[in-house]
Amino acid sequence: MNPMGLAWEQFRLERKLFWRNPSAAFFNFLLPLLLLVLIATAFATDDTELEILIPGIAGMGVLATTFTALAYNLTWLRDEGVLKRIRGTPMPAGAYLAGFIGSATLNAILQVTLVVTIGNLLYGVDWPQDPLMLAGFTLLGVICFAALGVAFSHIIPNEEAAPAYTNAIFLPVIFISGVFYSANELPEALKVVAEALPLKHLVDGLSEAIVGGGSADVGTAALVVAAWAAVALFLAVRFFRWE
Amino acid sequence: MTDLHKAYGPVEAVRGLSFEVERGEVFGLLGPNGAGKTTTVEILEGYRRRSAGEVRVLGHDPATRDRDLQQRVGIVLQSCGIYPRVTVREAVRHFGKAYDHPRDADETIELVGLGEKADARTKELSGGQRRRLDLALALVGDPELVFLDEPTTGFDPAARRTAWGVVRALKELGKTVLLTTHYLDEAQELADRVAIVKEGRIVAEGPPDQLGPGSSGYRVSYLSGGNRVEHQTDDPTELLHRLTRDAIARGERLDGLEVTRPTLEEVYLELTADADST
Repeated sequence: MNPMGLAWEQFRLERKLFWRNPSAAFFNFLLPLLLLVLIATAFATDDTELEILIPGIAGMGVLATTFTALAYNLTWLRDEGVLKRIRGTPMPAGAYLAGFIGSATLNAILQVTLVVTIGNLLYGVDWPQDPLMLAGFTLLGVICFAALGVAFSHIIPNEEAAPAYTNAIFLPVIFISGVFYSANELPEALKVVAEALPLKHLVDGLSEAIVGGGSADVGTAALVVAAWAAVALFLAVRFFRWE
Repeated sequence: MTDLHKAYGPVEAVRGLSFEVERGEVFGLLGPNGAGKTTTVEILEGYRRRSAGEVRVLGHDPATRDRDLQQRVGIVLQSCGIYPRVTVREAVRHFGKAYDHPRDADETIELVGLGEKADARTKELSGGQRRRLDLALALVGDPELVFLDEPTTGFDPAARRTAWGVVRALKELGKTVLLTTHYLDEAQELADRVAIVKEGRIVAEGPPDQLGPGSSGYRVSYLSGGNRVEHQTDDPTELLHRLTRDAIARGERLDGLEVTRPTLEEVYLELTADADST
């Protein structure tokens, strides 16, 4: 079978594995949606708050389905020796990783789609102002956070440590990156940190694409996320370990 | 493979190892833990790069990780995981797809004796069954050469017998097998030829029943006045001639005369005994 075919086979297997692991599917997939519904129902009574929350949760969904899921899964696969086993077969590394990361990409796209759809159907937020820009930022976010997830897995020592390591990044980052409330309301020190990290900029980009309004600088947002993506890709490839 | 060296920093794990394995042969690398067996095999499998020496596997240098070579080789690693939420059949089928000429998945599962478990998820398998799945995954590509790194470590005796049966089946299929083990009986039972490895060097090599007598040589013993007299020699012909000649001259018999060769176990223990003192 050619590498494209093998990547597709790997992708199909990853889809199967994803749905057969309900707890992981819950954390990577349903948790952001649950938070969206809970927060929107409990706190976000006016449109302004919803217009912050919808792009925010979409960004968080991208982070959870790519960065967290990949860092965690890759650590597990490496620790268990699954990667080493695959390395000993003729499966090309590129085809394997394409299938593996492709599955996470599909989760991210589904997540963003679901968040936008729920926002419209349940809470009456308008359909995205600029669907093309939404697709562009989703893709850029996927590349950036998938690469960061792979790179981050290199420093997680073992599978037991993986949840702690990933949450130590995930939780603080979502709190300072304007997922639940505008990042502009943060104290100056935290704002500086948020500005340096990619999630806030991804949320800005998604926000501009979904609700519009011109409050965020789309060019800067894209540039920061792309810069992080470039560095992360380099680190992910340079330090990749199969065992 | 000639003069293989592998150093981890200042530690030399493999220090000038050379051997050759013929097609269709089962070759055993036997040695205590830490002797350099796994390091050697992992160099042959393409997982590690050698520090020095010449290595050829089916005509290829394994360090290049040539896909053509990987098509023809099956690997059973010492410990290595598998997705817990796939069935045996799904796993074997999936891994088979990477090969140009895979063996039928169900047939492979039967070959390793997992037929009844084909629809079970891998996490439900026992240790021995997992190991058989490892073997199935290594065989699904219908390889010419199979690496088995300590295939039965941690097995109960029944599971070991089953695994041995599979290795014999491989030999009947004409496969070449490179086996590492620290079990003597396993080497004796399965291998056509054995190399005993100690501290990264081969200290003896040959068919297990003819393996170099070392310094203990042959043992010749007989009863004399109710006590067993024992001689050790490298040349039993000369010794026997002298003993029988003298006995005949004295008009005696050599009651209970025995000539024994050292067992593989004795050779092994002798060769690896001073592992800590050097």
